[in-house]
Amino acid sequence: MDRTLTTRSFLLLAGLLLLLASICEVRADTVLLNASYDPTRELYEAINKEFAADWKAKTGEKLTIRQSHGGSGKQARSVVDGLGADVVTLALAADIDQIAALTGKLPADWQKRLPDNSSPYTSTINFVVRKGNPKAISDWSDLVKPGIAVITPNPKTSGGARWNFLAAWAYATAHSDGDEAKARAFLTALYKNVPVLDTGARGSTTSFAQRGLGDVLISWENESYLILKQFPGQFEVVYPTISILTEPPVAVVDANAAANGTTEAATAYLAFLYTPQAQKLIAKNFYRPRDISAADADDLARFPEIALVTIDKDFGGWRQAQKKFFADNAIFDQIYRP
Amino acid sequence: MRIASSVTGESALVKYLLIGLALIWLAGFLLLPLIVVFVEALRQGVGAYLTALVHDDALAAMRLTLLVSAIAVPANLVFGLVASWSIAKFRFRGRNFLITIIDIPFSVSPVISGLVFVLLFGAQGVFGAFLVSQKIQIIFAVPGIVLATIFVTFPFVARQLIPLMQAQGIDEEEAALSLGASGFRTFCLVTLPNIKWALFYGVLLCNARAMGEFGAVSVVSGHIRGLTNTMPLHVEILYNEYNFVAAFATASLLALLALVTLGLKTLLERRGGRDVKI
Repeated sequence: MDRTLTTRSFLLLAGLLLLLASICEVRADTVLLNASYDPTRELYEAINKEFAADWKAKTGEKLTIRQSHGGSGKQARSVVDGLGADVVTLALAADIDQIAALTGKLPADWQKRLPDNSSPYTSTINFVVRKGNPKAISDWSDLVKPGIAVITPNPKTSGGARWNFLAAWAYATAHSDGDEAKARAFLTALYKNVPVLDTGARGSTTSFAQRGLGDVLISWENESYLILKQFPGQFEVVYPTISILTEPPVAVVDANAAANGTTEAATAYLAFLYTPQAQKLIAKNFYRPRDISAADADDLARFPEIALVTIDKDFGGWRQAQKKFFADNAIFDQIYRP
Repeated sequence: MRIASSVTGESALVKYLLIGLALIWLAGFLLLPLIVVFVEALRQGVGAYLTALVHDDALAAMRLTLLVSAIAVPANLVFGLVASWSIAKFRFRGRNFLITIIDIPFSVSPVISGLVFVLLFGAQGVFGAFLVSQKIQIIFAVPGIVLATIFVTFPFVARQLIPLMQAQGIDEEEAALSLGASGFRTFCLVTLPNIKWALFYGVLLCNARAMGEFGAVSVVSGHIRGLTNTMPLHVEILYNEYNFVAAFATASLLALLALVTLGLKTLLERRGGRDVKI
């Protein structure tokens, strides 16, 4: 009996080791980890394929790029808590500021290291409504009407949600001669119409498109067009009269990349985002490219010119906006009462 | 003459109404979702179903799920045996306290279960600085997922064994020991056969939960594709990417696991029923 017991436990141990080995074996090549926000899944899937091929051609090295997606704030929190991401590509600068401030893994002036505020693509915020626009929604003012259900994620965890909030705020202040009390009342009424706050933009999209909740989704422009593509003939995109220029930034997390020995690959990866080749993919995936030289005209035709406020000019930058609106007990906490 | 059930005296109408209600309830809430999983998974045919299952990320998720339960279940088997032995066979100060804390994972939300590990082992956590200096990665890697899984599946084996061992008492063990058997021999030849069905049952439930756990694992996973996504997490990712066939294909494997678990459970109850009532 003792012998069979030993043989059995030996087999079990061998099996366990085999499993462990099969998990570890993946680590052999150079691996980059990109911690990104929710709607970029399709974009980076396309970019990673081309960059890996490009890198292989240039260096002969096989490169695996791993992705992790979630609400932008949540992803930043994970990196702070030790997620070993070599690069972060998040929804807004405040989240990367947070990583820099709490861990010192990248310098405070990280945003100056790459062109265009370290944002290789921009987007804006618009609305998605159901086919035929049955509630006749054409602008922000329609979202505060009683009986309209608005879907938007939670600004505490989602970057997109914070852009959504600021775009609505920009409309409200533009229509109240800068009277902040009126803007607050407008946002209070808007969030009263929100039945559920998902943690990330993609969660909200699923709530709206798949689960059929709500009359209007406040969404990233790129995510809106993705919905049209995934659910043909069911939805329409509506542009409000005023919105915000969103600049999702990218950065190498220096200390992580150094520890993983990937500094060179990580830097090249982000530089690649600015090449005409990547910019074309960016436009194809419904983001607004910085460099339109190689982009398809059909892709560019999607992006209408509308009045856009910017975070730096109209809100004094993310550091200030974060403190004023989204910190604990700041304006969002004051107006949102579930 | 009034047709009445033998004990309670309700009319046949009430009886069938209640049975019907229970059946409809079960069909609607348990059976229907299960069927939907398989229907959605096979919506684009068997080919698409299989393609989804052999995708690299799906295979990695399956491997990880198997690895995690291969570590968590034996760990909890040993712990469950030790704990229930201590509680059932010894009297000591703090015994009731031990019984209570074994149940903590049942009463606390899985999200909290995950979060405590982030607070302990995360880079900003209690042991964070030490782990970082030693280059040991626990959170957002396999060890964290294993820890969280062990935590939430802690009580399953112990909870099955404690009442049984308490009911059986220590008479048989005492007899074996007084006849000269060693402690280990007594355990193998007397205790183990007495508790084997309850033990199997506990392991089965423990395994089902270990493979299916979502909340706690989601908090510590970091969601790195092909690396730290278990099957339940992989299902969520695929669903969020509008990849419904693949999402439900992976979900169907988890549903199959549930069915196998159920089948084995019924079998065990039938076998075990002869020796001891589970």
